Amino acid sequence: MMQEGLDDGPDFLSEEDRGPRAVNVDLQTDATLQVDISDALSERDKVKFTVHTKSTLPNFKQNEFSVVRQHEEFIWLHDSFVENEEYAGYIIPPAPPKPDFDASREKLQKLGEGEGSMTKEEFTKMKQELEAEYLAIFKKTVAMHEVFLCRVAAHPVLRKDLNFHVFLEYNQDLSVRGKNKKEKLEDFFKNVVKSADGVLVAGVKDVDDFFEHEKTFLLEYHNRVKDSSAKSDRMIRSHKSAADDINRIASTLYTLGTQDSTDLCKFFLKVSELFEKTRKIEARVAADEDLKLADLLKYYLRESQAAKDLLYRRGRALVDYENANKALDKARAKNKDVLQAETTQQVCCQKFEKISESAKQELIDFKTRRVAAFRKNLVELAELELKHAKGNLQLLQSCLGVLKGDT
Amino acid sequence: VCACVRESVCERERESVCECVREGVLFLSQSPEAACLSAEDISPSSNGPRDDDPDDLFAEATEEVSLDSPERQPILSDGPSPAITPVTPVMISPRVDDEDEEENRDTFDIQISVSDPEKVGDGMNAYMVYKVTTKTSLSIFSRDEVCVKRRFSDFLGLYSKLASKYMHMGYIVPPAPEKSIVGMTKVKVGKEDLSSVEFVEKRRSALERYLLRTVKHPALLKDPDVLQFLESSELPRAVSTQALSGAGILRMVNKAADAVNKMTIKMNESDAWFEEKQQQFENLDVQLRKLHASVESLVCHRKELSVNTASFAKSAAMLGNSEDHTALSRALSQLAEVEEKIDQLHQDQSYADFYLISELLGDYVRLITAVKGVFDQRMKAWAKWQDAQVMLQRKREAEAKLQYANKPDKLQQATDEIREWEGKVQQGERDFEQISKNIRREVGRFEKDRVKDFRVVIIKYLESLVHTQQQLIKYWEAFLPEAKAIA
Repeated sequence: MMQEGLDDGPDFLSEEDRGPRAVNVDLQTDATLQVDISDALSERDKVKFTVHTKSTLPNFKQNEFSVVRQHEEFIWLHDSFVENEEYAGYIIPPAPPKPDFDASREKLQKLGEGEGSMTKEEFTKMKQELEAEYLAIFKKTVAMHEVFLCRVAAHPVLRKDLNFHVFLEYNQDLSVRGKNKKEKLEDFFKNVVKSADGVLVAGVKDVDDFFEHEKTFLLEYHNRVKDSSAKSDRMIRSHKSAADDINRIASTLYTLGTQDSTDLCKFFLKVSELFEKTRKIEARVAADEDLKLADLLKYYLRESQAAKDLLYRRGRALVDYENANKALDKARAKNKDVLQAETTQQVCCQKFEKISESAKQELIDFKTRRVAAFRKNLVELAELELKHAKGNLQLLQSCLGVLKGDT
Repeated sequence: VCACVRESVCERERESVCECVREGVLFLSQSPEAACLSAEDISPSSNGPRDDDPDDLFAEATEEVSLDSPERQPILSDGPSPAITPVTPVMISPRVDDEDEEENRDTFDIQISVSDPEKVGDGMNAYMVYKVTTKTSLSIFSRDEVCVKRRFSDFLGLYSKLASKYMHMGYIVPPAPEKSIVGMTKVKVGKEDLSSVEFVEKRRSALERYLLRTVKHPALLKDPDVLQFLESSELPRAVSTQALSGAGILRMVNKAADAVNKMTIKMNESDAWFEEKQQQFENLDVQLRKLHASVESLVCHRKELSVNTASFAKSAAMLGNSEDHTALSRALSQLAEVEEKIDQLHQDQSYADFYLISELLGDYVRLITAVKGVFDQRMKAWAKWQDAQVMLQRKREAEAKLQYANKPDKLQQATDEIREWEGKVQQGERDFEQISKNIRREVGRFEKDRVKDFRVVIIKYLESLVHTQQQLIKYWEAFLPEAKAIA
């Protein structure tokens, strides 16, 4: 029964949430194509996103329109980019993670079961908190899906992609089914081959200093971001647990205050009130750290993987080019199928050079974006931490003033 | 010469027991055959009429002492170290009534510290020895500064003596800290790790609080066992400490609770104050336990937060190292430094959480068990009084029967018995009234102390929270320009 209240599908996004959220990415959006997620609906298993487009481009029938999309359709779009050879030289914006409300749902269920064992106030309080948590996860998944679309829309080449336009405009179900078992198995093997290849490719020293440096850098950076992301998650979870404890302490102090026969009753009530307020601030600190730090790291974990994928594709193209060169030499030596070998070699050369050229720019842009995103988020993190610490301090000092004055 | 501690003060020649009128407190000898109490020496300010027959008084006491529980025996052994007398005085007249108590508080000048834990011996026979330092200007002490060495079982021994002497009179005796087999085994085995260091510190602090609470009690402060504990360089080893744990003693003394449950006559509470207070303490007990559990959880999570923050700090430093944009790299290193300082802050805060709040709550949970025990003692006193009345009635009926049967010698015996039981009924009533009076006073004192303790500790705790926030502000203010400097 807990579910029904949330699955009614009310509009979870308040007015203030409309408009591009671009949380972790500093993007220049221009008037020719603006994409955002204007609405979202949470149903039992799925989330329905309303994708809203404003464009002056001639490709679209209207200047402003909306469609409803689900997570699988985002994945389909992302995969179509990855599989497109034309885009081999670009960093494909990482796919948004699947919306995961399981943990939150489980907690709400447990709360429902434990209803009998706590007081009405406690139950209401916990329910409110869990609902807030659910809402926060919901908002995050919306933001992550939106960022993906915005990245595509901001990319000079990808924004012109036909599949992207279909995604934005076609107002019927795209009928993209999730991958079936066979396809998932194929994917799995592809990834295995890729990692084996990755080792091979990574071993070959690149002639170009820029790419050699990028390779070394990205391999190490990706691993460290992964580690930092995991550790920041753990840190923030502990913070939330501590805030929950303070919540319980505040409740018990309140009960003590109402029961006590001595002068302590007023004392307890005042301290209980204080802890209620500081607890809310602590919870906000954890939430802000989550948004500004944890999410940032998670996002760059995915982006650095996408950059690594680009390097891999270039590496593959280089290997193909070198093989084609060797084949050409052999053909010339044997004087057999020389023309064919020449053509193949030409194609490989062009492919490699095209990828290298765009990859260089992509990687430079990646760095610029990364630095800008980190700057924005670290500044905001520090500002929020300061704001909350000052808020806490003020509450504590005013309460202490009252308590000391009472004696 | 009397063998009591105050040899220099008391010149009375007594076989075993003396009473120093000046202090108005009964000193007991060390000898196992404690027998007579000289009735004439009993302090004039005692409440209620005294029985003229000292032997009877003690007979009373011995009866009092032999409770249904056999566990009583080991503690009161007359064996090798007669550390306590097997007889408890029926009345230690509470010379201090409310006005005196205020006076005493103003002149309360005693400082006790427990320090320098030292391991003695090796392996499973090893134990910790603590230095107990007493600084005071009070006259009952022989010097104004004394240092002695005591081990944990000595503290338990002290508590068991005090509990058996005073609890049945309605005095709230502060319980000693709990035994911990796991904690001590680690220390014995010689693990020099953080957890055993923390354990020893936790115990040292608890022992100090225990002694301070004990001497804060005006009657306990003057008790010879307490004085001996604080001053005597050699203390006879408390035997059978296996049987003694703080909780064990309370359980034993609270056997009264079982007796109460088995009472066939339900106590008719004529005094609403007692019923109300009992209910209040019951509620307080529930809430304090709940609060204690939540605070322990907070301590745990804050420690976890500290560890995870340190771990994140290291990770951020590594990330900063591999970042190839110079300004961002520097900012990330700075972030790592900030987080490292914050992790230390969390750790310090968790210590404050623990030592200030958690331990206080733990102490009070144990204290309230002692308070509840004292209420049960009163019920037991009431039951005894009622039983005596029933007995008296029976004896009267028996005498009436014998009157008709014309057996003169038996009649005489019956009449004697009636007189005996009349005395017991009177004594029972007096005891009950006395314990009721004592409890009222004790509860008043306890509540005053509770209010003071909680106020002081909570204010200190809030101040620690203030400090943490001020430090946080300092750290983040230092970091902000670094973040902004990323270009």
